[in-house]
Amino acid sequence: MDNKSLSTWERIKDSDIYHSFIKSPTAIVSSTILFIIFFCSFFVELVTPYNPFDPSSLSLMDAFTPPSWTEDGLAKFILGTDGQGRDMLSTILYGCRISLIVGFSAIIFSLILGVGLGLTAGFFGGKYEMIVMRLTDVQLTVPSILMALLVDGIARGLISREMHDEMAIYVLIFAIGISEWPQFARVSRAATLVEKNKDYVSASTIIGVSNIIIMFKHILPNILRPVLVIGTIGLALAILAESTLSFLGVGVPPTTPSLGTLIRLGNDFLFSGEWWITFFPAIFLVILAFSINLLGDWMRDTLNPKLKK
Amino acid sequence: MTFLKINNLSVDYQMRKETVYAAKNVNIEVNKGEILGLVGESGSGKSTVGNAIINLIDEPGKVSSGSVILGDLNIHENSESNVKYRGNKIGLIFQDPQTSLNPILTVGEQLIETIQTHLKLSKEEAKNKSINLLKEVGIKDAVTRFDNYPHQFSGGMRQRVVISLALCCEPELLIADEPTTALDVSIQSQILELIKKLTKERNLAVILITHDMGVIAETADRVAVMKNGNLVEIGETKKILTQPQENYTKSLVSSVPPTNKKISRFVIVEKENSDKKENNIKILNRWTKKGIIDQDLVQIKNLSKSFDDNFFTESSKNSVIAVNDVSFDIKEGESFGLVGESGSGKSTIAKMIVNLFKPTSGDIFFDNFCITKIKQRSGLMKFRKQIQMIFQDPYSSLNGRLKVKDIIAEPITLHNPSISNIDLNSYIYDLLESVELTQKSADRYPHEFSGGQRQRISIARALATQPRLLVCDEPTSALDVSIQAQILNLLKDLQEQLNLTILFISHDLPVVRQMCDRIGVLKDGKLCEVSNTEDLFLKPGHEYTRELLRLMPKIESIYN
Repeated sequence: MDNKSLSTWERIKDSDIYHSFIKSPTAIVSSTILFIIFFCSFFVELVTPYNPFDPSSLSLMDAFTPPSWTEDGLAKFILGTDGQGRDMLSTILYGCRISLIVGFSAIIFSLILGVGLGLTAGFFGGKYEMIVMRLTDVQLTVPSILMALLVDGIARGLISREMHDEMAIYVLIFAIGISEWPQFARVSRAATLVEKNKDYVSASTIIGVSNIIIMFKHILPNILRPVLVIGTIGLALAILAESTLSFLGVGVPPTTPSLGTLIRLGNDFLFSGEWWITFFPAIFLVILAFSINLLGDWMRDTLNPKLKK
Repeated sequence: MTFLKINNLSVDYQMRKETVYAAKNVNIEVNKGEILGLVGESGSGKSTVGNAIINLIDEPGKVSSGSVILGDLNIHENSESNVKYRGNKIGLIFQDPQTSLNPILTVGEQLIETIQTHLKLSKEEAKNKSINLLKEVGIKDAVTRFDNYPHQFSGGMRQRVVISLALCCEPELLIADEPTTALDVSIQSQILELIKKLTKERNLAVILITHDMGVIAETADRVAVMKNGNLVEIGETKKILTQPQENYTKSLVSSVPPTNKKISRFVIVEKENSDKKENNIKILNRWTKKGIIDQDLVQIKNLSKSFDDNFFTESSKNSVIAVNDVSFDIKEGESFGLVGESGSGKSTIAKMIVNLFKPTSGDIFFDNFCITKIKQRSGLMKFRKQIQMIFQDPYSSLNGRLKVKDIIAEPITLHNPSISNIDLNSYIYDLLESVELTQKSADRYPHEFSGGQRQRISIARALATQPRLLVCDEPTSALDVSIQAQILNLLKDLQEQLNLTILFISHDLPVVRQMCDRIGVLKDGKLCEVSNTEDLFLKPGHEYTRELLRLMPKIESIYN
């Protein structure tokens, strides 16, 4: 034990997680890819020369330009253009931003819902726990994509047509979030059951700390590790769910295309030879989801002390 | 004649930051027909030496130098020979009999499998041999028990089966790694007797790895003391325990609670916290010290607790009675000991006193006020403040996500929300110093501390509310013996200066004898007897107490 207290950065550099990160090529590669994707998507205005949603910058003359390395390709459109002459790369990055926003929001929504229910269920037990856990069981019997479709359908019935395009993204977040929470509820309940029987919780009870504070100050930080791991993998699922829904036409409207919407739009041209319009968004989606999964995998191995040698 | 010879053995673990020497230049010889006790505290490398003998060092550890010679076989020379001697020449007994047997195979199948792996015997011959072995290790009805599964045996019986497994290929060397640590006192002595008997009858060389000096005193012929991977001292057990030469051995021996007398303090030769401080308890200034009134602080009347297993049945048929009609009183200012084996209900009583469990029936009075019937939170808080608890496991009793100062601040701010920040900090520092920790500790996280230091933090947290009753549930059983001595000294000092009343729960009779004024003996949830400590040890009234006293390993047995 050193005598001086370390600064936060030194603490991080000294930690096992940092070292396991440095030693894992998968983790480095996947997080680098993710960093690039995140950066390019969120600062897309700075990265791309074109704004595909500014009609004045588009020229129909450029429509269906193939990728730059093919025979008819143009150097200024690296991945080619779509049917309206929009640059594919820029469109993908803009679409990716929508996908990421929806994915993150949905996972945060289901995280709060799931962890909240799981934590309280595990802590209080009894009838309340039984009701919550049966509810998750029921939820798990409904395929999540079906659940999301159902929510979307109900929302369409409730919201007027004009409002719908505006509200579509929130409906989508809610639909995906509501179909993902049982995972979080189960994991956090199981972790809570373990933690609440540990002595430090008893000690707080004996001191007289109230249940709410015990739950949030003591138990919650201790169950976050497994929740974080499934949260990461859940993020990939949420992004895929968003794309699936958009592909089916019930996701975000075509005016603000996400990756799924782009794949759907490109699908129409697939058989007429313009393969790049659907291929690049699809491959981009695969790389994104794959990198998140790899990172999640590494996190699970590192954060789970039982797997350590 | 020397049978096992360990020459200059070093084992090191190449870690990220440094190389850790688990064993360093260890020289040990073991003869046939003798028991060598390998004693040391946790992390001293005693198990590493045991594992090196059978070439079972886990990655990233490796034997960096030295050799192990068994008879005329050099063990580390080629790994091919592993199979030949492991199990064949060397038998192993592990600590936990629950996990060292395969639960889905019958005991007989496991024995036959092991025998046939090493010896060329037919199934019938192997079976006969197994049954004879089971008889030899003292299992009655060996023929019928042969077809039983491990869960059908009790803990002690299971350890006998493990011993028979270790013996089944006629090994010449037996390594027993903490063979009795997971067992109760009464079973421990039977297992040790068995090992002693087998050593003589089979002319085995035995290495007995343990942390318990009492076990060593009663069984080992010679003893090797290890510390931080180094061999400190080796020699005749009697000589080492009565006239230790090295400083470390002296401190180890003086830390062991004597079983035959009560001493006022333990002599600490080597201290965990090196900075020497005079023992001033700063929190005294803040402590509203109450004079001791000659009254019963705690009265427990006909207390019972049963746990229902009514998940499927909804009936009380399956309920387990953990505590059965127990009554006793604790006087203000005294230390009351509760002693019993595992499952005797002692922890359940503690948890009912601190109001973690509600009793099924009966009442607990604290300061003449019934605390089992309090309904409102405000009423309960008044008692929460006065009753605090110290737990057995120092690793799970502190929240690893909070800094030490936040852990200690929690009870202070809860019971005194108006305390100023400066006052809070100085109170935390005073508390830390009272438990002999430095002020710097406040900004660290619990994982940066050793078990003993964590237990000190636990004590500081418990003292923060200025309690009148401190419930200590096996506070030292997870600690090494020298740390135990320091913690017990600390508790004694605190009690004296702060007029604390202590309920001390332990399975360890010598410790209880040092700590307590009166003792209650529990068995299967029932109170056998309550009496003054010295009376209990000198003239025990109950049959069970006599049995416990007779069986506890006594370090003093070496003097006779």
